[in-house]
Amino acid sequence: MARMKFLCDAERCIECNGCVTACKQENEVPWGVNRRRVVTINDGIVGAEKSISVACMHCSDAPCMAVCPVDCFYKTEDGVVLHDKDLCIGCGYCFYACPFGAPQFPQAGAFGLRGKMDKCTFCAGGPEPDRSEAEFKKYGRNRLSEGKLPACAEMCSTKALLGGDGDVIADIYRDRVVRRGKGSEVWGWGTAYGPGKPGAQPPAQQPARGRS
Amino acid sequence: MIRVLLLVALFGLAACAEREQVADFKKGKYQGKPDTQAWDNAPLAYGSGKWTKGDRASWENQIKTRQLGQNEDVRINQ
Repeated sequence: MARMKFLCDAERCIECNGCVTACKQENEVPWGVNRRRVVTINDGIVGAEKSISVACMHCSDAPCMAVCPVDCFYKTEDGVVLHDKDLCIGCGYCFYACPFGAPQFPQAGAFGLRGKMDKCTFCAGGPEPDRSEAEFKKYGRNRLSEGKLPACAEMCSTKALLGGDGDVIADIYRDRVVRRGKGSEVWGWGTAYGPGKPGAQPPAQQPARGRS
Repeated sequence: MIRVLLLVALFGLAACAEREQVADFKKGKYQGKPDTQAWDNAPLAYGSGKWTKGDRASWENQIKTRQLGQNEDVRINQ
């Protein structure tokens, strides 16, 4: 059974924002809502700058699902976390629960009225008839029902952003890391939280094999 | 006197007991509309690959082909 995930290779991401643009265009996401964004750390520091593209990570144990007071979230058989906008009350609990800032809320009116939550759907639409106009207006395009992957991943020029079954994209990434001899240390615990004890070294790099 | 002290200790220390302060988490159940599966749709006339409508395995094959297309090392060396 497939379990759909995104994986962004920080060694390859060039902060072109092509994924953001692809998502906006494909799903006609309204102004002010960003289903996907590129985050850069150490911006401007030569050699230390890293970028990753972030959206809903379609968590296996999604905190947004746990906190939703109206239970409008569901998970497809492929592991894609989706929600019913007809049920959403726009309370914002999911925004506070999400560690990635994925849930977005359209602002409407002069008093900052918060609309119904909008987030990355892994280009899988929502609980409306597939490929219907209602589905497109509420959730965006349903590319999975067309046998395609999310637009952001397929549009990525450097193929930094991979989307699909977690096992398959992990294999692709592992293959890259082995070929270029580095990369395993930039994605994961060490990058997010540092090497741990003072003076400790990040995980050892694998020896380079083949071309990069 | 000892009884009184024991009673005072009993009631006095009762407040020091540690009680569970977290409510039991009950997992919610989806309340919205049902959704259809991706493989329940026929392929597009052009550009969507091939699978049999309603056949999950054939749809997964199509998606897997698409996923492997993201690996340019394989694509270039084919």
